[in-house]
Formats: sequence, C-alpha cells, structure tokens
Amino acid sequence: MRSGSTDLPVLKPFRAPAPIAPSGFAAPVMLSSGTLAVFVILFGASLALAQVAARPAGEGAVTVLLRWAPLIFQGFLFNILISFLSMALGTVVGVLVGIAQVSLLAPVRKTAWGVTQFFRNAPWLVLLFYAMFLLPFEFRMFGITIAFPAWVKAVIGLALPVAANVSEILRGGIKSIPAGQWESADALAFTRAQTLWMIILPQAFKRMLPPWMNLYAILTMATTLISVVGIQDALSVTRAALIAESRPELMIPMYLLLLLMFFAYCYPIARATLALERRFNVKA
Amino acid sequence: MIASFFQWLNDTQGLNFSVFYDAFDRSRFLTGLWTTTYICVVSIIASMALGLIGVWLAGGSSRLGRLVVRVYVQFFRNTPPLVQLSFFYFAVASLLPTVSDGFGGQSPLVSGTGWAIIAFSLFAGAFNVEIFRAGIEAVPSTTVEAAESLGYTRLQLYLHVVLPLAFRICLPALNNNLINLVKTTTLAYAIGVPELLYAASQIWSEVFNVREMMNVLLVTYVGLVAVLVWIMGRWERSMRIPGYST
Repeated sequence: MRSGSTDLPVLKPFRAPAPIAPSGFAAPVMLSSGTLAVFVILFGASLALAQVAARPAGEGAVTVLLRWAPLIFQGFLFNILISFLSMALGTVVGVLVGIAQVSLLAPVRKTAWGVTQFFRNAPWLVLLFYAMFLLPFEFRMFGITIAFPAWVKAVIGLALPVAANVSEILRGGIKSIPAGQWESADALAFTRAQTLWMIILPQAFKRMLPPWMNLYAILTMATTLISVVGIQDALSVTRAALIAESRPELMIPMYLLLLLMFFAYCYPIARATLALERRFNVKA
Repeated sequence: MIASFFQWLNDTQGLNFSVFYDAFDRSRFLTGLWTTTYICVVSIIASMALGLIGVWLAGGSSRLGRLVVRVYVQFFRNTPPLVQLSFFYFAVASLLPTVSDGFGGQSPLVSGTGWAIIAFSLFAGAFNVEIFRAGIEAVPSTTVEAAESLGYTRLQLYLHVVLPLAFRICLPALNNNLINLVKTTTLAYAIGVPELLYAASQIWSEVFNVREMMNVLLVTYVGLVAVLVWIMGRWERSMRIPGYST
C-alpha cells in the first residue's frame, strides 16, 4: 500500500512548542559571554600578528589602529543615528499600515496587505537604491522648499522595509489575541477603535515587542548598506582608512574592529529580546 | 512580438524597458539573473549543510565543538552581512595565494562570486543552526528515548528519527531564512559580482532608464522569492505525513 493513500494518523501529533514569533528566529539561542571573549582574543591575535609583521616598516599596527579608531567610531555612531531615524519613521508608517491590514473595509485591507508583502519581499538594497534614485533631491510644496539630502533619502529607503515588517508584526500581534476578546468587547458596546486601542493593542504589545526589537537589530546591521550608495558611514570610513594606509596586514584587524563594534551593539539587543520572549511566553 | 511592443512603448510613451527589446541589455540582464540564481542555489544548499553540521556539533558531547558552534552562530548573527562580505573579500582574500590564470597573469584563488557564496552560506548557515535546533528540541523526548532504547546510534537516531520530524517542524522558519538569503545576495553588488542588481545598474547607467529598470528589478526579485516559496511549498506538501499536523 502506498504511504500517501491513507489519511489515518500514522503518528500522533505532539504539542508544538510556544509559537515562534513572526521573526521566525525566536528559538532559544545559545548565549554566553564566552563568545565575546573568543571574539576579543581573535581580534587581539590578528592585531599582534599585524604588529609583528609591520616591525620593519616603522609605525606599529596598534598606533595606526588607534589613529583611525575614533573616526570609525564616529561613522558607527552615524549608523546608529540612521537606524534610530529609520526605525522611528518605519514604525509610525508600519503601525498605520498594520492597522489598515485588519480594517473591516476589504479594499483597504487588501491594499495594505499587498503593500506589506511587496516591501517585505523586496531586497533592502534594491529598496535603498529605489529611494536614492527616484526621490527628488528637493521637494516643493506651497512655496516651501524641503531639501532631501542623501542621508534623508537613505533613512526613507531603509524605513520602507522596516514599515512593511512592522506592519506584519502588528497584524500578527493583533491576530494572536483570541477572538473572545473582540466578542466580549463588542458585547460591552465598545466601538471598534476603542476595542483596538483599549483592549487588543495593550495585550498584543508584549507579543510584538520582541520581534520589533529583533527587527531593530536587523535594521542596525542593514544600515551599513548606505555605504554602497555613497554615504559616509563606518564601513566607508574603514575602507578609506585601509586605502590611505595601504597596509594589507592591517585589513583583518580593521574589519574585525568594525565587526566588534556592531557585535557589541547588537548582541545585548539579541539577549534582551530573548529574555523578553522567554518571560512573555510563560504568561501567554 | 514582445520586443516590438516594448519598442513601441519606448517610442510612443517614453517608457524605456530596454531589457525586453535590446538584445545586448537582455543578455546582460539574463546573465545577472543566472549569476544570482547560481549564488542562491549554491548558498542555500551549503547553508543547510552548515546548519546540519552545526546542529550535530551543538548537540554533541565535545565541549570544543559546542563552543565553536556557539561562537560561529553569534558572530554571524550579530554582525552586518555586508561587513562580513567585505571582511572575506578584502581582508581574508589578501591572505590567500594567487594562482596563475593560464594567460601569464595572476588571479585570486577565490573569485568574487566564490566569496559571495562563502559569506552568504556562513551567514544563512548561522541562522539555520538555530532553526534546526528549535526543530530538534520540539521532537518529543519520549520518541528519542524510544529510539535509544532500541539501540539506535546517535547518527542513526538523527537520520531516521529526529531529523525527519524536526525538518517538518522547522520548515516555516527555514522558509523565512532562505527567502532572506535570496534577498541578501544583492549585497554581492558591493564587491562587484555581476549579479542581477549589478547588471541592472550597468544598464540604467548606460541607457538612463533608472525608473523602469528599478521596477523590473523589484518585480524580478519578488518573482525569485515567489519561485522559492513555491518550491518550498511543494516540498512541504510532498513531505507531509498523513494525519499528522501540528
């Protein structure tokens, strides 16, 4: 008998673990500070190697690195600034689109769904190019000229996928609230807006927070994309420094330094996300 | 006929979709599409292999193996893929020897495409380790214990009991990650790999049809993702155990 020809249970289904958040990466992660230690050791070893290799050439690798480190760090701060702005803009737009996704009006709902899916499935870099090339460099409205410098366009370009992801997180969060909540609110004569604002969203908030933080970490890592479209960020500064010094043995320590900066910023966020997820899963 | 339609669109409406009527642009675009597909397919396979190896080591008895996997996963999850790619392409490649290309010149041991594949496989592999681990943890311990009491070795246990079940559980998350991988391949643009985005940017800088090419590009990527989703959907259905759903 062919195995596909029966619908009788072959194996009893087991209870799935707590639902994986919309991010898909909510699995308990192996986290420990040992990683950071290994990371730092690797960095130190490569630096020491570069120092030894540079001995006949004069200036030590550490001196060069210390000279450039503040500049790279400034570039990194700019990345963080961009990530804040994009996240703020993306969250505001995403919340509006997300609420439109649960609208009662079919056209509104379907449009919002289509927009969300489209921007979620397009590559970030392509969307960034889209914003950089197709937005005007200035915007005239009612006689007022609003200038659009490159970094503002970059913020908008990065905010597009963020908005789509926030919209999806919001929809997932709202849908995860049991229908009984809606029905009992209805029975108590709450309007739909009141139900959403006073009953559903407060409950959904804690479920939406971890994926939202996860998204922020992804966005922070994606801000390096702006170096591709010609904005000075940490990655372009690193590259410029390496070209200026033209010392191949410095490449590995320099890039490791940059990786270390991002790691030091994103790793605590990942930890906090996990901690929140664990905490909320217990209650949910 | 399609060519003449787009020729007409260009002449009358000023919408220049040169990839549809200009043979040179089309071949460049298709080459880019092929390169992107190639990078995607190889990286998907390699990242899943990495995920399996990682999860095997993470569940193993060797402390060193567990540490290596942990460092690997956290390093690649918490640093920007673009910097990882630059790190490999510029820094690591400078350590490797060059090989003679047969025409008297020297070419690097690993090409840009090669580094892109390596970097993306490692990046997506780190996520796959996590995903597979979540799937394996969801397999009930009673099933594992039953198999152990029947004398299964660890490899047999994984091959015949744990992985077939875990795979079905983690497919949605795996789907997500592989889609992400397809989107990440655009980063290869930054190191000059002639993939889809690179080909498109060459076309729009020569033909000056940024707006049209952008839209073609977006639709192509959404199409690529759709193909992947369709394949994964087929796979998921073909692996379905009758009467078994979570």
